[in-house]
Amino acid sequence: METSNRQITFTPDLFEPVQRSPEDVEKITGSPVGFWGDAWRRLKRNRIAIAAGCVIFLVLFLAIVGPWLTPYTSVGQMLSRQYKTPSLSGYWFGTDEFGRSMFDRVWVGTRVSLYIAALVTAMDLFVGMSFGAISGYYGGKVDNIMQRVVEILNGVPILIVAVLTLLIFKPGILSLTIAIGLVGWTSSARLIRGQVLRLKEQEFFLASRSLGAGTFRLITKHLIPNFFYILIITLMYTVPTAVFFEAFLSFIGLGIQPPAASLGALINDGADQMRFYPYMLIFPAAVLVMITVSFRLLGDGLRDALDPRMRQ
Amino acid sequence: MLKYTLKRLVNAVIVLFIITTATWFLMQLLPGSPIQNYEKLTPEQRALVDEQYHLDDPRLVQYAVYMTGLLRGDLGDSYLYGGRSVTSIIMERLPISLFLGAQAIIVGLVVGLFLGIMSALKQNSIWDSGAAFLAVLGVSVPDFVLAPLAQYWLGLKLGIFPIAFFESWWHSVLPSLVLSTIIAAVIATFTRTEMLEVLGQDYVTLAKAKGLSRLAVVLRHVLRNSMIPLVTIMLPLTAALVTGTLIVETVFSIPGLGEQFVRSIFEKDFPIIMGTTILYSVFFVASYLLQDILYGIIDPRIRVAGNRE
Repeated sequence: METSNRQITFTPDLFEPVQRSPEDVEKITGSPVGFWGDAWRRLKRNRIAIAAGCVIFLVLFLAIVGPWLTPYTSVGQMLSRQYKTPSLSGYWFGTDEFGRSMFDRVWVGTRVSLYIAALVTAMDLFVGMSFGAISGYYGGKVDNIMQRVVEILNGVPILIVAVLTLLIFKPGILSLTIAIGLVGWTSSARLIRGQVLRLKEQEFFLASRSLGAGTFRLITKHLIPNFFYILIITLMYTVPTAVFFEAFLSFIGLGIQPPAASLGALINDGADQMRFYPYMLIFPAAVLVMITVSFRLLGDGLRDALDPRMRQ
Repeated sequence: MLKYTLKRLVNAVIVLFIITTATWFLMQLLPGSPIQNYEKLTPEQRALVDEQYHLDDPRLVQYAVYMTGLLRGDLGDSYLYGGRSVTSIIMERLPISLFLGAQAIIVGLVVGLFLGIMSALKQNSIWDSGAAFLAVLGVSVPDFVLAPLAQYWLGLKLGIFPIAFFESWWHSVLPSLVLSTIIAAVIATFTRTEMLEVLGQDYVTLAKAKGLSRLAVVLRHVLRNSMIPLVTIMLPLTAALVTGTLIVETVFSIPGLGEQFVRSIFEKDFPIIMGTTILYSVFFVASYLLQDILYGIIDPRIRVAGNRE
């Protein structure tokens, strides 16, 4: 313990003064963090949201490459291999009544469900944003008429529209997308309209307008960047709704038709066979629940990160 | 207030008219004939069928006949079931769905309020996280997953509940429970948020400072004020209940309106699809209207804005 006894004598020549002017010392700065950087920092701290994001990536990854991981296909039938129970060495998720590999069917089905959800979300984003922005930006008569349209569409139950659309068109990916997307955009249109109305009254907007900015510039430069984050949050909730509705319509028999698969169609088949082959229901149901739960949790996380005022 | 209500009422009638008209004309586009073996019928039989369903008349006449019938509460005759009137079929099946729905609302309200109040009062505790987890699960696990699972585990494996059909009150318990999960989840989340908001208000601090018991503060001051915005979630809950009954009744083979609707879609029984669609739309529009009116009563600012328009 001799070191602890050693005395160090501090002499001025051991120190080198930092060259800072008195003004510099007064400054309190960190490196500038932009809006998105700030949001990302907040999101990173939210462990639940990050976990949800990882689950989404995993599901996406498996939906893309999953069917290639096995030597089987989602439609290849083999009657000698009916109802194989799941095992690690053979069929990972078992087989159905035609001997088709459930692992392949589940991920092909997930792919279809997510594909429809992505299309619906894009439609929601595009139509809802344009409609809401135009309605809010022009105001007056235009706004009045457009709002009546939204009001009427809102009064129509989405279920009825979806069922009618699917009765008229042949059930398939495109008709499902139209059916689900047809009424879904009204809520984002209303949201965007509200945002536009709010932003329109603010000083920076007036300033830019006084400087002679045109409509296009005003919308793309001043409006969209300011409400974009709200759109992202809304979209996080649109995806599970779309997945749910697709599954619902497939469940009542109006969705994807066999041999093609979607999560809803698989759950419908699984529910029929559940008494003897519960795994046929459990795997697609688990994937569906994983998707809806993680998108909701990530949505909550993004809401807290992007708009801390909304945090409870 | 009366003016506002009347305005909303007129609006609702217009919306209903548009929905009905659109649905009727869309129905004409539907592919396939609803009448089985129409081609094999003799000309006399065809004439009879055409007569009963007005199939020979021009479209606009058919439309006028349907709409005037609608005003008298006549929804036409079914193509199946021996041509029974749609109204009588709906009247027979609607009470069962309403009963299931009402039971689900009561259960959902009680469970949801309990979870919501508990998590608000014990904010950031393990109870709070547990309730939040349950709520996310309740919203995310759809009825068509929950219903077969409940049927399998609680009905078949454990034998607590009947698996299907509607023969006694006991048969309605499991379907109602499945229906109530989403209601409970939505109400729990909603109650928690609203209660936390109210708990931070000055008048709550005042009530506490006056020495009121914790129970009195929560019941009389916090809960009552946080329940006001509950009307805003009426509409999504109605929608959830309607889609829910379609699934739950089909899974549990319950002879309600939802099961009939799904069945009629397969059977292409257009008059029933049409009649049920109208009924569901009335249901939606009415709850929309009720929400707006209640909101106008509760929050006078909306009424003022509505009048100014």
